[in-house]
Parts: sequence; C-alpha cells; structure tokens
Amino acid sequence: MSMRLRVNPLRCDAYGHCAELLPELIEVDEWGYPIVLAEPVPQELEAAARRAAGACPRLALLLERAPD
Amino acid sequence: MSALASLPTLSDRLLPGGPARDLAGHLELYGPLPPVADDRRDLIRLVEESGLTGRGGAGFPTAVKLRAVARGGRAVVVANGTEGEPASAKDKALMTRNPQLVLDGVLVAADLVGAAEAIVAVSREDRASIDALGSALRERRDAARVRIATPPERFVTGEETALVSWLNGGDAKPAFTPPRPYEAGVRGRPTLVQNVETLANLALVVRNGPAWFRAAGTEAEPGTALVTVSGAVRRPGVVEVALGTTLGDAIDLCGGLATPPQAILGGGYFGSWLPPDLDLPLANEALRPLGGALGARAIAVLPMGVCGVVETARVAGYLAGEGAGQCGPCVFGLRAVAESLALIARREPGAAAALARLPRLGAQIAGRGACAHPDGALGFVRSALQAFAGELDAHLAGRCSATDHRPLLPTPLTTADWR
Amino acid sequence: MTIAATAFVSSKADWYLMRATGVVSLVLLTCVMTLGIATVRRWRPGRLPRFVTPSLHRSLSLLAVVFLVVHIATALADPYALVSLAAVFVPFVAAGSPFWVGLGALSLDLIAALVVSSLLRRRVGARAWRAIHWAAYLSWPLAFAHGIGLGTDASTLWLRGLAAGCLVTVLAAVGWRVRGTKRAKHLEPRPAPAAVPSRPVRRPASAQRRAAA
Repeated sequence: MSMRLRVNPLRCDAYGHCAELLPELIEVDEWGYPIVLAEPVPQELEAAARRAAGACPRLALLLERAPD
Repeated sequence: MSALASLPTLSDRLLPGGPARDLAGHLELYGPLPPVADDRRDLIRLVEESGLTGRGGAGFPTAVKLRAVARGGRAVVVANGTEGEPASAKDKALMTRNPQLVLDGVLVAADLVGAAEAIVAVSREDRASIDALGSALRERRDAARVRIATPPERFVTGEETALVSWLNGGDAKPAFTPPRPYEAGVRGRPTLVQNVETLANLALVVRNGPAWFRAAGTEAEPGTALVTVSGAVRRPGVVEVALGTTLGDAIDLCGGLATPPQAILGGGYFGSWLPPDLDLPLANEALRPLGGALGARAIAVLPMGVCGVVETARVAGYLAGEGAGQCGPCVFGLRAVAESLALIARREPGAAAALARLPRLGAQIAGRGACAHPDGALGFVRSALQAFAGELDAHLAGRCSATDHRPLLPTPLTTADWR
Repeated sequence: MTIAATAFVSSKADWYLMRATGVVSLVLLTCVMTLGIATVRRWRPGRLPRFVTPSLHRSLSLLAVVFLVVHIATALADPYALVSLAAVFVPFVAAGSPFWVGLGALSLDLIAALVVSSLLRRRVGARAWRAIHWAAYLSWPLAFAHGIGLGTDASTLWLRGLAAGCLVTVLAAVGWRVRGTKRAKHLEPRPAPAAVPSRPVRRPASAQRRAAA
C-alpha cells in the first residue's frame, strides 16, 4: 500500500516547514509554496513524511494512500 | 444584453427557432415528457447508449455521472446555467429561448438520480434567463421541487465545487477535492451538477431514444451542440450544429467572415488558438491533435489586423484577476504570467526576459491549484505562444503589426462579490 | 525528631516544590505562548530552519505539562494547600482559596484541551484544532492570575520581577500577533495591468432570425 503526499492549496500558506523537514520530496517554488517532487513516497521516507505532514502549521500537507 | 434570437441552425433540436414557447406550445413541439421514475436503470442505460456527454466544457459521459449520483441516495440536482465565460452566450440563448426544455431536463435528471430537490443556477446579472426560467417554472405543475438560485456573476462561479460552495452558504470559490459533488455536494448530499445544455439534451434523449440522438454528430461525439461564434463574423451569435460540422459551416451560419481571419480561438478562454482552417471539424477528435479541445464551444475569430499578442495579454490579465485568490501558485503565478505578457504586449524593455520566463512559470503553476483555473489559463497562453510566434518576435523587436487596436475579446470588469 | 516535625518539614519541602514548579510552569507557558505567536508571525531564529520555532513551541509545551503534573501532585499531597482531586479539574470547589485555585483549574482544563487536541491533531481536523487553540489566549491569563492570587503571601522581589517579566513578554507577543499575521496569499488578487484598457464589452448577441423558418 503506497502513500503519496498532496498539498491542499486552499490551506497552504507557504510556511515552508514541510520543505525543510523533507527536502528529498518537497521543494518550494519562487513564491514559497511547496511542490511535491515524486509519487509515491519511498518506504524509507514514510516516517519522515508523516512527521512533515504533522508539522504543517495549517495541516495543509496530506499523507494519503496513493491511487493505483 | 440585447434580445437573443436564433439564426438558422444546422439543427433545430435545442434551438427550434422563435421566442420561448409556453408550456402548451412546448409540448406540442416536443411531445409529452415520458414518466421516468420506474425505469431508472434502463433509462440511464439508454442515456449511455446515446453517448451524451457534458456540454459544459469537460465533456464527461452523462450516464456515468447519473449512475454515480444515483448510487448515493437522497440526491440533489444542480443545473448550471451560470456561464461565467465571457465569450460564451450559449447557455443564455438556451435558457431564454427554450426554458421549458431545460426544465424538462432538470426534472428527468432529478428522477433518474432520485433527487427531491433541484436547483437551477443562473448568474445574478442574467435577468433575461432568470425571467424566462421563472415564467416557465410558474406554468408547470410538476416542478414543485425546482427552484432558481442566483449566484454572483464571476468567471469561476460555474466551477462545480464553487457553485456547490455557494449553494451551501459560502463564497462561490472552488473547494478542495475529494470529495467531489457527486459524492458530497449540496448539504453533503450526492449532487449532480450538469450544464443546462446537457440537461436539455437529456430531455430529448429520454423522449426520442439513443438512435435518434445519434442521428446527428459523429460516432465518437454524437448529437448536436450549441456554439457561440464571435469576432470577425458578420452576425456573431449562438448557433446549433451537429458535432463534427466544420468551422466554416458554423461561421456561414453567422453570416460568414467579415474580414480575413488570422486565428481562431476554440474553446473559450480555457481553450487554444488554432490556425484559421475553415475545414476543421468542430469535434474533439479533430481538435486534440492540434492541442485544442472544444470546451464550452465559444469560438472567437481573430481578424487580420488585430494583434493576437495584445488580445492574449488582456485576457490573461482578466483570468489572473478572476481567480478565487485561494491558492498561492495561482494567485502569484497567473499574476506573473499576465504581467510578463503585458510587458511583451506593450513592447517595453524586459520583454525578452519576460517571454523567457513564461515556460518556467508554466511549469511551476501547472496542477497546483485547487481547481483547473491556472491550468486552463496556462493552456490558453501556451497556445498563443505557438500561434502568434511571429507577432511575438515583432514585439520583441519593438513592432506591432496591428492596424485595429480595438479590444476584441470581452474582459468584463467585475464588481461582483463572492457571495 | 518527632513524627509531627518530620511531617512539618516534608510538607514544607512539598510546599516549596509546589511553588517552584508553579513558577517554572508559568515561565514555560510564557515561552510557549511567545513561540506559538512567533510561528504564526513567520519568525525564524536567525539562519536556523523555520520549523525550529513550532518545534520548540511543542517541546516546551510538553515540558510545561511535566512541570504542571508535579505542581498538581505536590498540591494534592500538601495538607496545607487544601486541594482535592476534584478541585484540580473542577473550578472553584477547593476547600482553601477556592477562587484562585479555581482559576488554576480552569487554566488546566484549557491546557489539557490544547495538549490533547494537538497530540491528536490530524484526527481532530484542521478547523476544530484551530478553534480549540484560540483557548490558549485565555489559558495564560488564568494561570497568571492563579499564580499572583496564591503567591502574594510569600512573594519576594525576584518572584515579583519574574511575574512582571512574564506579563510584559506576553503582552508584547500578543501585540505582535494583533499587528497581523504575515499571510503569504492576498485574498483578492488585483488584475495585472492590461495591455489595452479593457472596457466592459457586451457579450456576443446572435443576429435576427431570417424570415423563413
């Protein structure tokens, strides 16, 4: 069961914490908004992804089941 | 908006000519509406056989949507007649000239999905449609569960989640999905959001069957569709054509070209600029290879002498301003795109850098909004970069080949709020 | 030493521990409040990553909980404090100083809600979590009043100074917060300057129908 990261753009307010906590999978655009680089989340990064999603001040980063 | 009257069409299913009929006249023309409640599943299968797809722009198979909503139970039907696209007038034409057929479709859809509530959404400023539908509604005795709602007139109001948000008491701004309206929409219920033209077609399919529906159009895209033609034609307006009809025939219905064409905007402001090939069939299978799509079939003919770059820049500015302002990449990205295009259009220093910036902006913005607004706008701009490559070079060199500087594509200044 | 004397000495130690952990809790809560506001105000500690601010906020809040637990445990154990278990959570039912102890109980209830909702943040959901978190602004003044009200009998200059420092810090932080969140998105994007001034253009109207049907 693979997971993916998805940003809810309505909630995201460019705090940028997710990109700092998970630079392997998230980088920011020129305005500070996150771009998810890859899907699905590699197994070894799943824990870090969970932490990043929990750390978002707006709960805008979602770790969810990847659609097949 | 001045009174809309029909041009002779290559079809008269949805726009049979003349002013809006009263209920008696309507039934005389189309026949009675068959009862639906008992054979729901069979009827949905007939709709599937007919190949009816959404006429609002996305072209989604109607039967699939009906089934998805019917599954949920206690559904709601929303007829989308908001038509926020300025270059499109087809929904207004349909609602003012054939409101009873639209209401037929609403009732059929409500029966097919098991909805006890149906809402016809019309833009607040669209008095003609509101009045026409209101009169038609008052004549009927079978439409107690139908009401008219009037959200604010903005570009994104017609996006299905925006419409549902407004109906739920919020702003007419797109929502994050999932869930999509067919799962949870108005008051959390499974909601069928369909364009009014789709519903009008539904009312005809249920009366006349799939074979009749397929008698017009192509195998892959059956039926007729309403097309708005504007720009360099003698009589701009809304015409009904069978899908697959050539662009030239549609233009002939509008009195033919007024001046030699430079380019065609197919699909409205989320569409793409195409070469002025009059033999081009109005069908997605013909447009897709060219990077275009029919969309809501708002066709604008750009004449020679008008600058495509300037028009594109102005529409891009309009689209940037019409975003809901909820998603960073769209707010800042579209603004940057519009500013870059304005720089190029005005032939100011820095235009070359602005042009170089556009592909990078596009890559950053694509797919990162909550709705398709930024992607639609980007597709439009991207097609302009291809279609007007020559003109762009001229602008970078400080020249503009326009002889006619009047704005062509409508970019109405909006003062409407979101509620 | 007699049993009574031992009891007296141990209860005095307990009383000192209760007061000490109370003071530390207040200082920690002051830091937690300030860091929470710093997070929303996008403050970053120099060149350190931005996530350090909320991370420190969370860590210190859990540390504050530890000190609060000891503070409450010692209060329960102290016969002179006259606080029952019920009085810890239910405001204004303590046998001794019911009002001031009650403020502490109220503050504790709010802090408990803050901590629990934050630990279960994803389950609680963004909107509910945010709504509960506003209670933080109430929990601090309640804790502060509780401390001032119960601590006046043996307050020294440095304790008063510490309390004043905490108050000034929180007032400054709240002022900083009120000045506005440094929100990244604008709510109403202004349209970009148009290349050609756009006059409202009427929508395309279809032409008059030809006479023959």
